[in-house]
Amino acid sequence: MASRTSTRSRRDGEKYSVLLPTYNERENLPLIVWLLVKYFGESGYDYEIIIIDDGSPDGTLEIAEQLQKIYGKDKILLRPRAKKLGLGTAYIHGMKHATGSFIFIMDADLSHHPKFIPEFIEKQKEGNYDLVSGTRYQGDGGVYGWDLRRKLISRGANFVTQVLLRPGASDLTGSFRLYKRKVLEALIERCVSKGYVFQMEMIVRARQLNYSIGEVPISFVDRVYGESKLGGNEIVSFLKGLLTLFATT
Amino acid sequence: MTKLLEWVFGVLLLGAAWAFVTFDILNMNLPRTYREVAWPMPLYLLVTFGCYSLATVGYRVATFNDCDDAAKELQAQIKEAKEDLRKKGFKF
Ligand SMILES: Nc1nc2c(ncn2[C@@H]2O[C@H](COP(=O)(O)OP(=O)(O)O)[C@@H](O)[C@H]2O)c(=O)[nH]1
Ligand SMILES: [Mg+2]
Repeated sequence: MASRTSTRSRRDGEKYSVLLPTYNERENLPLIVWLLVKYFGESGYDYEIIIIDDGSPDGTLEIAEQLQKIYGKDKILLRPRAKKLGLGTAYIHGMKHATGSFIFIMDADLSHHPKFIPEFIEKQKEGNYDLVSGTRYQGDGGVYGWDLRRKLISRGANFVTQVLLRPGASDLTGSFRLYKRKVLEALIERCVSKGYVFQMEMIVRARQLNYSIGEVPISFVDRVYGESKLGGNEIVSFLKGLLTLFATT
Repeated sequence: MTKLLEWVFGVLLLGAAWAFVTFDILNMNLPRTYREVAWPMPLYLLVTFGCYSLATVGYRVATFNDCDDAAKELQAQIKEAKEDLRKKGFKF
């Protein structure tokens, strides 16, 4: 009984919607969902997980359906789309169906660990922040599985961005974030970039609109299963995105 | 104002101040030493900023945390999750 009341008192009626965009994540999806259920369950916050699968050829959707059977339709919502339409629109699509007053955005590939979720929520409450961003670059934050070259590119790109844009947040390209619902709606409407420049644009526009930003150090573990969908000419598209934001925000 | 414009203004402002002193545009009869100090200033600033950048990035690369424990924890949890999911009737 005692434990129940303490769980209750933490809930305070807020609901958190987690948007999980997936493309070929059949190995990762059950694991990330299991971890989400575990940490939300332990911390007692009300939640729902919205899976937005873009017609993955590897059968991710079938996996998602199994998970829905196990954990229930109130916890796992499936909002699939017929074909791969990209991440930005996946968030918009998922958000339309979200019933929470707060929205988590994270990758489904296990590089964003759900154990940080309670920390995001506490951080948000602490300063009533409009958004809380996970950061690999501060405090106990960090990465796993990165060689020197990748660390150098990451730190170098981050430094240049900080100098040029002064965004008021230390991790611009990370995509593990908690938003007030209204804030996410306002931001997504204004963001036009694709790929992970999109994440950068979100935080830069947030600063532009004077939203308050909190930060939580996170460990980023490179995906174990499957492969990255972005990749390609990352540096070129990053530079293009950076210059576009430099000239327009 | 966009960041680009902020930069343009900043550079113009500094540039103007530098030109006023170096070439004594207003004929204020500034002491020679002022001019001699001001003249190579832009280069000094650039070099200083370059060194600062290299040092900062270098330091941050060197101190970039390797989260070995996080990776180990995740591996253990993956095992646990798979077992638990199987028990719940999940088919991988
Ligand atoms: N629905 C949907 N999800 C996507 C798409 N592209 C990537 N994702 C998902 O977005 C997340 C991040 O993608 P990932 O390939 O890991 O990018 P990276 O971490 O930057 O290499 C993963 O959960 C992917 O499954 C897409 O076009 N549609
Ligand atoms: Mg990834």
